[in-house]
Amino acid sequence: MLENRKLILAHFWLAFAAFGLALLMGAWQMFVRSPLYTWISNPEWYYRSLTAHGTVMGYVFPTLVAMGFGYAITESALKQRLVGVRWAWVGFWLIVTGSIMAMVPVALGRASVLYTFYPPLIGNAFYYIGVVLVVVGSWIWVALMSINLRVWRRTHPGEPVPLAMFANVAGSYLWAWTAVGAALELLLQIIPVALGWRTTIDAGLARVFFSWTLHAIVYFWLMPTYIAYYTIVPRAIGGRLYSDTMGRIAFILFLVVAMPIGIHHTFADPQVGAGFKFIHSAFTALVALPTLLTVFTICASVEIAARLRGGRGPFGWIPALPWRNPIMLAVAFSFVLLGFGGAGGLINMSYQLDSAVHNTQWITGHFHLIFGGAIVIMYFAIAYDLWPHLTGRALPSLKLVRTQLWLWFVGMIVTTFPWHWVGILGMPRRMAYYDYADPAIAPQAFSVTLSAIGAFILLISGLLFLFILATAHRQPASEASEYRFSLPIHPVRSVPLALNTFAIWVALMIGLTITNYGYPILTLAARSDTSVPAVYVGAQ
Amino acid sequence: MSTRELFTFKNAYFSASVGITAGLFVLTALGGFILLPYLQKEVRFASLWDAICSAAGLPQRAAAVATGKVGPRLTEAVLTPTMLARPSQESIGRGATLAHRCAICHGPTGLSRADSPNLAGQYASVIYKQMLDFRSGARTSAIMSPFAADLTDQEIADVAAYYAYLPRLPAYHPERKAPKPRIVIYGAPLRGIAPCGSCHGSLDNKVGSPWLEGQSEVYMREQLLAFASGQRRNDISQQMRNIARAMTQQEIDEAAAYYASQPPDVVKAVD
Repeated sequence: MLENRKLILAHFWLAFAAFGLALLMGAWQMFVRSPLYTWISNPEWYYRSLTAHGTVMGYVFPTLVAMGFGYAITESALKQRLVGVRWAWVGFWLIVTGSIMAMVPVALGRASVLYTFYPPLIGNAFYYIGVVLVVVGSWIWVALMSINLRVWRRTHPGEPVPLAMFANVAGSYLWAWTAVGAALELLLQIIPVALGWRTTIDAGLARVFFSWTLHAIVYFWLMPTYIAYYTIVPRAIGGRLYSDTMGRIAFILFLVVAMPIGIHHTFADPQVGAGFKFIHSAFTALVALPTLLTVFTICASVEIAARLRGGRGPFGWIPALPWRNPIMLAVAFSFVLLGFGGAGGLINMSYQLDSAVHNTQWITGHFHLIFGGAIVIMYFAIAYDLWPHLTGRALPSLKLVRTQLWLWFVGMIVTTFPWHWVGILGMPRRMAYYDYADPAIAPQAFSVTLSAIGAFILLISGLLFLFILATAHRQPASEASEYRFSLPIHPVRSVPLALNTFAIWVALMIGLTITNYGYPILTLAARSDTSVPAVYVGAQ
Repeated sequence: MSTRELFTFKNAYFSASVGITAGLFVLTALGGFILLPYLQKEVRFASLWDAICSAAGLPQRAAAVATGKVGPRLTEAVLTPTMLARPSQESIGRGATLAHRCAICHGPTGLSRADSPNLAGQYASVIYKQMLDFRSGARTSAIMSPFAADLTDQEIADVAAYYAYLPRLPAYHPERKAPKPRIVIYGAPLRGIAPCGSCHGSLDNKVGSPWLEGQSEVYMREQLLAFASGQRRNDISQQMRNIARAMTQQEIDEAAAYYASQPPDVVKAVD
């Protein structure tokens, strides 16, 4: 029962349109810093584009997907009309306003500070205020998810919350808390300097605040993907979910341990003590747990589907899977990319191994593989799965859909594998220009060229995706059945209170934030000698 | 459903999750704050508390070590982007009076015929910082140091405001039609050299960096060589010394000649 299709479609279309533009910029960046092009001569253009690419891909695109998908889940999983539609539109327009407000100064070259802000670099205040509006818009969504669940509970006392909604609300709570770090950095530190009220900034404290957001934001991006693994994939390929409880535990684990681990992003920072770096490193290792649980559960669910289709033997069931089904293809690609990306992540979280790859292209390769690869390919799957229910029309061609997914998968590997490789060779990240004629990096020219070609494959795939979604609106109308999520093998009759509510887990999340972040933040905030003069960008 | 029902150790989920989380925290804290500090062979701690403070990142006084010879003075000037912005007319007027003594080398209109820098229209923060450094001894010059020795902070700010106020006139340097040298456009990323314009104006202006167009070729070459040899060391964080050390003699010559041949009126005003 999808009542507010217009609202959901608005979120998805804005998300994907912004994604298309940012993808274009990404491909251009790969091209101009590769040996295929001489050099634009002005690094400012590169950083301008990079800031826009990161801001859209990091804040605007995944937030809108999570929101649109969240509204769809609320209506279809809870089988009730969305409460607070007007507020949902307010949130949507806040994001539109915030995005435009942030992108204008970026386009004018007044805020080329990259989406991670990097104080003491300071850009135009409207850039930061725009980002804050995007976050505030998404907080409205968080509140609505919580309210809608509460409304449902009142009419369904004691009943198990459907897994899709449980996971959706867990994701929204994670986002609400993890966004606080960057919000504090922006409101207390950066915006006062950008407005000219102060001329110095504690860059070390700002980095600690940002690390609070920076790691868990990845798990917020990941949430729609994991929800799709558990609640779309088994149904779409004609199987059953292996375990509903395992799903709940995985989402709870994400809620608790995704947050207090961000200091592994500041391993090379002198302002954080080595003891805290160790604690964060150890807790980062724990985040592998919910992912391993998920990989196991989804493989088991997929196996059930294959055996129902007549698959036999220890491995013989694999060819029996519905490989022509786009969702099957997407989840397989996503798992492969997640496997490589996760392995790279284990390297980044180990203090000693990280020092070999810190600030190299390895890191950029890594987060493109995880986010652009494993996560975004499932966003495509979510869109393909929901589109017929949102538009009331079938997708134009499944063959085109499969081509698009294949192109994305191949493109992502061609882009990110050489990217990792040049990182191991020591190529630094965040640089606009590389002189490939220099004997020191001449051997890397081939890998970088390959990466740039991969970027163009991704661009073609992304445009194809937009084309498929757009043409779907012109297909003849067809009656789509009710949108539903996958059923577990064992029907869920009752769930322990702890696995049906969030109180313990939110309390643990906040508690761990205090133990793991409290001391580093308080000591830096209390010291008076840690601020440096701001460096205004584009001040001329 | 009540909170009381959830938050009690009778609830197995509560006791297990809180127990495991607390246990993990204690375990990792023991590892990070006690075990790992003591595993570092090269560091000696006076006490357990000392080790914990060190791992927590608490800044502490370094152990008493024999301090070597005190090196030459470094710059103590601190510049922020809004410093010296919008000076008063009085300040500019006082600066004009004080600037009489500068005119012998820097020219009555702020344009030098003596291979000294042209000061007309130079950023106030640049003149201010260099004068502070001449006064403190962070930068030394047989001519400039005595001039700066007796000036107060206010007088230095006034002189800087006056020269920043003067219009940038084309200097007396011959026009050259040579192409823009590679070191100026690209820098040399592999040697850690950014393009000159990323601080000195054509791409971006960083506080404290002068614009260079139309300055004396001889002067700029001499300064690059002085940075390279370490004779001049008043650049904050060694930016210019690191760059100049990595430049070849030819690149130094090219960069100096290029900037000397450029008209200063192309530099954008920052205010």
